[in-house]
Amino acid sequence: MAKPEHDDLSTLNAVVNRRDFLRVTGAVGVVAAAGGLEGILAAHRAPAYAQGTKLHMVRWVDFIPEADVELKRQMPEASKALGAEVTLETINANDLQPRITAAIQSGSGADIFMFQYNWAQLYANSVVDVSDVANEIAKAEGGFYDVYTPSAKVGARWLAVPHSIIGNAVAYRRSWLKEVGATEYPKTWDEARKVFSQLKKKGKPYGQTLGHTFGDAPTFAYPVLWNFGGAETDASGKKVVINSKGAVESVKFMQAFWKEACDEGGLAWDDTNNNRAFHAGEISASLNGASIYIVAKRQKDKIKDEKGEPMYQDIDHAGLLPAGPAGQFPLYLNHSHAVMKYSKNQKLAKDFLRWLHKKETFEKWFVVNEGYSVAATTVWEKHSMWDKIDKPLQVFRTAARKTRIFGHAGPSTAKATEAFSKYIIVDMYANAVSGKMSAEAAVKWAEGELKKIYG
Amino acid sequence: MANHVLEDAGSAAQLEVALPHPATSKPARFERFLENERFLAFILLAPAVILLSVFIAYPFVMGVWLSLSSTSVGIPGQFVGIRNFVKAWNDSIFQQTLRNTFVYTFWATLFKLTLGMWLALLLNRHFRGKRIVRASMLLPFIIPTVLSTFAWRWMFDPTFSVLNWVLYRGGFIMTKLPFLSDGAWALWCAIIVNTWRGMPFFAITLLAGLQTINPDLHEAASLDGAGAWHRFWHVTWPLLKPVTIVVVVFSIIQTFSDFQLIYVLTGGGPANSTHLLATYAYQLGVAAGLLGEGAAISLFMFPVLLVVVWIQLRYLRRLEGV
Repeated sequence: MAKPEHDDLSTLNAVVNRRDFLRVTGAVGVVAAAGGLEGILAAHRAPAYAQGTKLHMVRWVDFIPEADVELKRQMPEASKALGAEVTLETINANDLQPRITAAIQSGSGADIFMFQYNWAQLYANSVVDVSDVANEIAKAEGGFYDVYTPSAKVGARWLAVPHSIIGNAVAYRRSWLKEVGATEYPKTWDEARKVFSQLKKKGKPYGQTLGHTFGDAPTFAYPVLWNFGGAETDASGKKVVINSKGAVESVKFMQAFWKEACDEGGLAWDDTNNNRAFHAGEISASLNGASIYIVAKRQKDKIKDEKGEPMYQDIDHAGLLPAGPAGQFPLYLNHSHAVMKYSKNQKLAKDFLRWLHKKETFEKWFVVNEGYSVAATTVWEKHSMWDKIDKPLQVFRTAARKTRIFGHAGPSTAKATEAFSKYIIVDMYANAVSGKMSAEAAVKWAEGELKKIYG
Repeated sequence: MANHVLEDAGSAAQLEVALPHPATSKPARFERFLENERFLAFILLAPAVILLSVFIAYPFVMGVWLSLSSTSVGIPGQFVGIRNFVKAWNDSIFQQTLRNTFVYTFWATLFKLTLGMWLALLLNRHFRGKRIVRASMLLPFIIPTVLSTFAWRWMFDPTFSVLNWVLYRGGFIMTKLPFLSDGAWALWCAIIVNTWRGMPFFAITLLAGLQTINPDLHEAASLDGAGAWHRFWHVTWPLLKPVTIVVVVFSIIQTFSDFQLIYVLTGGGPANSTHLLATYAYQLGVAAGLLGEGAAISLFMFPVLLVVVWIQLRYLRRLEGV
C-alpha cells in the first residue's frame, strides 16, 4: 500500500464522523476556490471530488514517443494530487477532429481535448471559458507567444489553455550543402534556388510536401505566401486580397523552384514521407519539426550517412524558411487544451490543467522534448535545457516568437479554418507546380475559392 | 407461504394446491392475439422496423435536415433551404470531385466486371488446387481496406516505390513514374486498387451464378456447333445476366460512396485530383466543422444511387414477370 502523503496515523485509524468530514471537505473547498491548485497543495489534502470521479484527456500520438511516455507516467501523479482518476488517451493526429466533432454533437466524450492551431475559434460554442487558468499561467510565466491570441482567444475569453508549439525548421545535410559551396543555410529564396538546383543535379533534391496533410504542407505554403508579401485577406478579414503581385510572384518562384530544386514526388507526400526520405539519404533538406534530428540521434546505430557515420552529426537546422521580399514569417503548429462544455468535471479539468502547467510537472515533459515542442510562454526560453541540448536543436529556443497563423492579415476565424481545411493555399501552389495551371490562373483559382468562403 | 409448502411437502396433490396457481386467462388471451394475423405480423416485423428506423431512417432524415440547415459543429443551424446545395454546385472543388467520382466509379466497375467475369470463367473449370485458388482469391476482399491500401500506398510511394524500383532495375524506365504525385496517375492508381479489392466479390458471385447453369445447355450448344464465344454469348451470358445486374448495382453503390481507400491512399490530393464525394464531404463536415455543407455534398450521391437502384429493381421485376 502506498504511504499516505501526510503521516498522520491517527487520521487513518480514526473513524471519520460526519462533522469531521464536513470540516475537512469544507476547508479544502474554501482553499480550492480561493487559491486553486496552490491552495489544494497547501492544504496537503486531495480536493473533495466524489469518489470514483474520472477525468479523461485526449491528445495526439506525439512524434516524439518519449514525450508521450513521460506524460502517461505523470497521470498517476495527477490522480494522486487531484483525488480523481485522470486518464490520458493518445490517438492519431488526424483522428482528433472526428473525435471532437462526435463528442460535441453527442454531448459526451473526453473532458479535455488537445486543440491544434485555431480550433478554439472553430469550436467556440462547445468549450468553456478557461481564462482563469490561462491568465494565471500567463501571469506566472511572462505571457504567451503572440500567436495564441488569434488562436485560442475569442473576444476577451481564453477558450483553450495554450500548451506548446512545434517549431518547423528546415533540417539539412551540412556536408551536402558545403559540397555546392554553401557554408550556411541560404538566407533568401534566390540563394536557396541556386543551392538546391545544384544539389538536385547531384541527386540530392530539396524535399517538400504539397499534399493534403495537416503539418508540413501548410507550414510551408503559408510562409512562402507571406514571405513574398501575399495574404489571404486584408486586416479586416472581410476582403480577399490574395490576387496580388506578391502572391503571383511567390507562385511563379515556386514553379521554378519545384522543377529545378525539389523532389517532384512531394505532391503525394504526407507528414512522414520527408522524415523517411531524409533518413534514407534521398533528400538534402526539408521543412520539418525537430523529429528528423531527434530520431536520427536516438537511432544513431541505424540511421547513418553514406560514410557509415551516424547521420545526426551531419544534420543542422535553419529556424525559418528563407526570406522573401517581404520578410520571414513562419507558421508553426500550436497546441492548446480545451475543456468541453458537456463535461461534468469542468472544475476538475481546470485544476488538472493548472497541475499540468506547474513548473515541476511541465518541466519534465518539456525537457524530454529537447526542443521539438517548446512551451507556450516566453519564460521557458531561459530554461537550462537549452544550454545542454545539441546545437542544431537550439534553433527552436526562440523560433515561436515570429509565428503567424492562417487567416493573416485578418483574424484567424472559422472561415480561415475552412480555407485551411480545404487546402486552398497549399493547392494553389500544387496546381501551379504540377503544370495544371499557370501562376496567374492558380492565384485566381484560390481567389475564387476564398471569396466563396469569406463571402 | 414457504412454511405452508414445507408442511405439505409429503403429498404431491397437496403441493399442487400450495403453489401459486397460474392465471388461466392470460395465455388464452395471448394465444388469441397470436392467432390474429395482423398482430402477429406486427410482432414479427417490429424488431426489423426498429432496427431500420434507428440505423437507416433516422440517420438519413438527419442527413437531409443537416443538408438543409446551416448547422456547424456545436452550433444548431437554421433552415436555409437549398443554399448548401447551390454553394456546393458553384464550388470548383466540388465540380472536380463530382467528375472524379463518376470517372472512378465507371472505370473501376467496368474493370471489376470484366476481370471478375474472366476470373469466374477460369475458376469454373476443373484443375488441380482449384479450392486453394478459389479461397486465396478472396484475400483482397478479406483484408481490411485500410491495411491493404496502406500496402498499396507503399508500393506507389513517390520515393521508395517497389514498382519503380523493379521497372528501373529492369531497364524499363529512366525516371520514377509519378504514381501518386501526378493527379491523373493518382486517380488511375486509386481505380486499380479499387479493382484489386473489389474483383473477388464479382468473381465469387459470378462463379456462384455460373455453377447454377445446367451443363447440358453447353453440351447441346456444342453439339449444334457453337464455339466458345457463341456458347458464352448465347448460353452463359443470358443466364448470368440477373446475377450480374445485382453485382454491378451493389458495386456501383459501394464504389460511388467509397471513402477509406482514397482517405488512406491520397487524402484527396494532389490538388483535389482524387477527391470523391465522400472524402470531400468528410473534409468539409469534420475538418472545417461545416456539417450542413458536408451533408449536402453527401446527399448529391443520393439521386445517382436512387436511379441505379431503380433501374435494378425495374429490371429484376421484368425478369420475374417473364
